[in-house]
Amino acid sequence: MTLDLPFIWAGLIAFAVLAYVTLDGFDLGIGILFPFGGNEASRNLMMNSVAPVWDGNETWLVFGGGGLLAVFPLAYAIIMPALYAPLIAMLIGLVLRGVAFEFRWRTRRGRFLWDAAFFAGSLVAALAQGLALGALVQGIKVSGRAYAGGWWDWLTPFSLMTAVALVVGYVLLGATWLNMKTTGEVQDRARRVAMPAGIALLVLIGIISLWTPFLHGYYYHKWLAFPAILYTAPVPLLVALAAYVLVESLAEQRDHLPFLAALALFVLSYIGLSISFYPYIVPGAVTIAAAAAPAKSLAFLLYGAVVLLPVILGYTIWSYWIFGGKLDPEAGYH
Amino acid sequence: MPHLDAETLARSQFAFTMASHIIFPSFSIGLASYLAVLEALWLLRGAAVYKSAFDYWKKIFAVVFGMGVVSGLVMSYQFGTNWSVFSDKVGPVIGPMMGYEVMSAFFLEAGFLGVMLFGEAKVGRALHFFATLMVAVGTLFSAFWILSVNSWMQTPAGYGINAQGQYIALDWMAVIFNPSFAYRLVHMVLASYLTTAFVVGGVGAFHLLRNSANDAARLMFSMALWMAVIVAPVQIAAGDAHGLNTLQYQPAKIAAMEGDFSTKPHTPLILFGIPDMEAQTTHDKIEIPYLGALILTHSLEGSIQGLKHWPRADQPDATILFFTFRLMVALGFAMLGFGLWGAWLRWRGELHESRALQVAAIIMAPSGFIALLAGWVTTEVGRQPYTVYGLLRTDQSLSPLAAPAIATSLLAFVIVYFLVFGIGIFYLLRLMRRTPGTSETDFDDSGPMRSAGRAAVARLLQPPHISAAE
Repeated sequence: MTLDLPFIWAGLIAFAVLAYVTLDGFDLGIGILFPFGGNEASRNLMMNSVAPVWDGNETWLVFGGGGLLAVFPLAYAIIMPALYAPLIAMLIGLVLRGVAFEFRWRTRRGRFLWDAAFFAGSLVAALAQGLALGALVQGIKVSGRAYAGGWWDWLTPFSLMTAVALVVGYVLLGATWLNMKTTGEVQDRARRVAMPAGIALLVLIGIISLWTPFLHGYYYHKWLAFPAILYTAPVPLLVALAAYVLVESLAEQRDHLPFLAALALFVLSYIGLSISFYPYIVPGAVTIAAAAAPAKSLAFLLYGAVVLLPVILGYTIWSYWIFGGKLDPEAGYH
Repeated sequence: MPHLDAETLARSQFAFTMASHIIFPSFSIGLASYLAVLEALWLLRGAAVYKSAFDYWKKIFAVVFGMGVVSGLVMSYQFGTNWSVFSDKVGPVIGPMMGYEVMSAFFLEAGFLGVMLFGEAKVGRALHFFATLMVAVGTLFSAFWILSVNSWMQTPAGYGINAQGQYIALDWMAVIFNPSFAYRLVHMVLASYLTTAFVVGGVGAFHLLRNSANDAARLMFSMALWMAVIVAPVQIAAGDAHGLNTLQYQPAKIAAMEGDFSTKPHTPLILFGIPDMEAQTTHDKIEIPYLGALILTHSLEGSIQGLKHWPRADQPDATILFFTFRLMVALGFAMLGFGLWGAWLRWRGELHESRALQVAAIIMAPSGFIALLAGWVTTEVGRQPYTVYGLLRTDQSLSPLAAPAIATSLLAFVIVYFLVFGIGIFYLLRLMRRTPGTSETDFDDSGPMRSAGRAAVARLLQPPHISAAE
């Protein structure tokens, strides 16, 4: 039996991107919520709830980008120039919010600057990722082995919609994370944000889901034509279930369930996207098989991934476990 | 003004973002190992001075590492945004190596950094030391892979070309352990250690000048001087070996570094001169006969090929290389001299008494960074006009981008980097001004707030974060 290496790698890269979106999602969400976090002690707590893990979360983005270069170099070479402006904006946003984690403890007079950088950087990164996602779903012009579109192709009504949706989604993740990790006033505030954010996200997911099939006949046939709809119907049904759990658990003031339900919404939306993409990696233009690097490259990196990814997951879970439970407002090393 | 085409702009952007990036990981490679040594000494010997030095540098490490992470993230996307043709063609070879770097190094560092910085009270001493060690190991794994990638671009080996025109690996061991890799890895890791040692020594000296009895400052100063006297000579030997390797695989780079345009018997060493690429000659030369031959071929009768041997379009820029190379070498010998001076004073039992040595240590504190950047410019500009030496030309590696798009992003990076890293370096200097071994605060700008905003009122009501931590 021979392994379908490109398919395995498409799955691994997809997993890395999903890990990034969900993990960095909640800490970007906290950045977006930061200015609305109340007094300084509350905001310190918000930041400290993600300070030990944000760096690991962001490493999934490096893995997604580096992995794409390694195993789908053609896709990397087409997508990166196509999404040039949003990607550069995302990187600059991530620079600003990343340094804020340390910098804001190193000054008192200038702290407000880094608090602003933490917020603005997180918001810009989230918007840019949403724009990039929307542009990718909408399709990229390709000629030969290169991007062939213009410099503003990424900016469309659809990509603006996905950008707003991703920001709202990250806010929901951040709010439900805080609900899980904190008590008292910070938790109360997080709950008040989570409910409207959850409802707004569901509406936006609905709009995007109904919009997507009409972008391309290709998506339409996958989602709405019979009999394909029999295979794809479970996804929206599960979204409805997750939505129900989210709203119920928030109403019942549960600690963990809202975060898990928000994660489920992300995972299901992501599965929906993957169904739309497959078998393409650049929708409508380049398939997974066509973009794949030679088998020797795929196999070489797969040996490492088989051994190292479980180890990485192991110590990542260990690290989350160490910093698990409700946060102690007095703890910190700064 | 030079012609600002897309290639020049993309190269400027890579050079600028890379130069800004490289100083942070080099410092973190050295600092992570130093922290692991300090914590090990603390665990073994129990003396509080190791712990206070550890805590002192830990905070500095956190800031340096943070800046390294965010500037490194930019690099991992830069290949695709500005050099997409390069990525498509070379991705199958260098991509998997960078994938290994992410999996074996970045995750390891990030996964254990949180425990190292925040988890001391939660995991106990032994596990905490393990976390510190994993961070240090992670930085070294990272150096291994990225230098393998860099070396492959300098001295490609073990590759083939497929039907789509992509470079593919035929033999991974030959790709990873390509001809210049071992030399470059040793040279770079030693450079990181020396860079860190001179910063630590400079900070120790600064505090010794204020109070020569400060235990932690004495420890830092002493450890740094051991590093200088041991590592500087090893580094010079490693650099010499690396140079010989370069002569074998990239002779044009050596010719440019030496300012040798014409091939001469028993090559002299040009101590100083001004290489002129247009005229293809070096003006105002001060030469030492035979010495170039002796250094480069280890024989008086040797000779190296002059730069004119290669067509003008294939020559690296000798004007840049000649000076950056000399700057690096001069700093290397200054480090050696400083190390020997310290060793002599140590032998006489006066290591901590000499104010002249302390002042010199402060002046030398940034020397590692300067040498590192000079060396990096030498090797990378020396690789031109290729991205992959001899195989893929730089002007054929570019993304299909218009110059204004690259100019805009370059401008954005320049503004943001100067602001962010400029202020970051200021914070680092302020952290280094804290007296080691005391609970002096990390910042001294905590004057009264001029505006009584919500945050200011809250601060009056809440204990500041800092007092909870110290």
